[in-house]
Amino acid sequence: MSVLAVMEERGDGWHPASLEALAAAQQLAALGGVKASAAVLGKDPAPRASEAAKYDLDRVYAVSHALLEPYTADAFTAALEQAIGRLGPEYVVFAHTYRTRDFAPKLAARLGRPLVSDVTGFRAEDGGVVFIRPVFQGKFVADVQISGGAPRFVSVQAGAFRADSLAPGSAAVETIAVDVSAEAVRTRPGDPFREDAGAVDLTAAERIVAAGRGVKSESDLELIRKLAEALGAEVAASRPVCDAGWLPLSRQVGSSGQTVAPKLYIAVGISGAIQHLVGMKGSKVIVAINKDPGAPIFEVADYGIVGDLYEVVPAIIEALGRG
Amino acid sequence: MKIVVAFKQVIARDSLLRLSADARWVDETDAAYEINEADAYALEAGLQLKEKHGGEVVALCAGPDRVSKAIREALAKGADRAVHIVLEHPERLDSLATARLLAEAVRREGPDLLLTGLQSDDIGAGQTGVVAAELLGWPHVTLVMGIEPANGGLRVRRELEGGWFQYVETPLPAVLTIQSGITRLRYATLMGIKRARSKEVKRIEAAELAPQNETAVLIVRLREAEKTKQTEILDGPPAEAAAKLVEKLKFEARVL
Repeated sequence: MSVLAVMEERGDGWHPASLEALAAAQQLAALGGVKASAAVLGKDPAPRASEAAKYDLDRVYAVSHALLEPYTADAFTAALEQAIGRLGPEYVVFAHTYRTRDFAPKLAARLGRPLVSDVTGFRAEDGGVVFIRPVFQGKFVADVQISGGAPRFVSVQAGAFRADSLAPGSAAVETIAVDVSAEAVRTRPGDPFREDAGAVDLTAAERIVAAGRGVKSESDLELIRKLAEALGAEVAASRPVCDAGWLPLSRQVGSSGQTVAPKLYIAVGISGAIQHLVGMKGSKVIVAINKDPGAPIFEVADYGIVGDLYEVVPAIIEALGRG
Repeated sequence: MKIVVAFKQVIARDSLLRLSADARWVDETDAAYEINEADAYALEAGLQLKEKHGGEVVALCAGPDRVSKAIREALAKGADRAVHIVLEHPERLDSLATARLLAEAVRREGPDLLLTGLQSDDIGAGQTGVVAAELLGWPHVTLVMGIEPANGGLRVRRELEGGWFQYVETPLPAVLTIQSGITRLRYATLMGIKRARSKEVKRIEAAELAPQNETAVLIVRLREAEKTKQTEILDGPPAEAAAKLVEKLKFEARVL
């Protein structure tokens, strides 16, 4: 077996989900008793490739071309088509990010192969690998098999694998030069921008305090902010709070907002509709505070307090202060 | 502009779901269906483009006879005509196989633009539009939140992660995959429903579009999502529960 993880950068570091995908690739390779490799793409990917080489990998490939920045699906597909053609991996693993969703299906289709997207786990079965992914918006999970030959493409859901399980090591870095013609790049991407100045990248937050329908008014959000401040956390919300205009859309967690997997997620007054759960259930530790003991949020919580958030939250702030 | 909107009919979102006898899908006896949410927004985006800039909207849907209802709804909302790819078990096709059917039907129509939803509410692979673009040899833009004509092509507003956006310019023909919530959805009017009855629906057999359409991703079984967590309820009066929580977060979970 040979496994290639395709890495994704963000700002000066890795996209956090990309390190999780690398961990998934290590675990998948371990099923075959081998080490995974990684590919880093860009105009000058060498420095980042050296970063990736600090993990326990067979090899890190720096796939280099000027047209790989800014990102386009056309350039990434052309570059990876060539890299994969040369390396011949059996499995290619991505993080299920917006970027992956944009180019990985195209890449797989170009090679006439399928992509299993949004994978949350896998296991060896009947001499092959069975991949697990949600269906019906998380109401069920499906065990799926991929028939036919290599390469088999897989993207893994944020929060399904833990980046802290990555085994450290020392890998050799190899540069792969690829040809991408300017005519092959048909779309012209503009610079990213934010609509509201307070926009925050919740996916990078280590701790999140999220408010739901149980918070009765906009001014009551102050209580949530105080708890967040005491914890060094970001403030987030479920859909009703953002629809009411109390918090910007950029702070919404769930299927129509962001998918987060922080170390600590405190859900305050959130009942836990599936649309919210899919956006946060990968969090390492989940705390639910809700007056309804039957609320579905308690099904995914590690710790629960059944009670009135207007009494419980001030008590937690005080307990933290005593600290 | 000639626009094809490809949409899927899925089991209605609030349905109570049970597994089928072979556990490879859900039991569809007495199921209620609706147009997949993101696809409904793709249809709306197509209709608005036509209203602003002129042209034609062709509704495209693959599925068994039950999808006639979704097709009629699209026609009632304002699509000019429809193509029904007759396909008995859409759930048995992977994204690549589904896209082969759609791409061939689109190729025969020869539009300027193919719109479809970002992902389906049932399988949720989120790939069909992008794969169809590759099979057609067209550029694509995903996670689209706004569309306007520019420089003979389109200038499209695209959602990125973490509250970021970008504009992307693409030549035509192209494929756009539409994000839910892009605009308000319209309802079909009585007049629209009446008019829909006389609109053309062309039926094409799936086997005629793609005779050797193999699927490589096979669903072995569906299962209930596992509950992986045991919730520890911290009881007592608020001050006591709060103190227990802080203690647990510090010394047991070690996240503080």
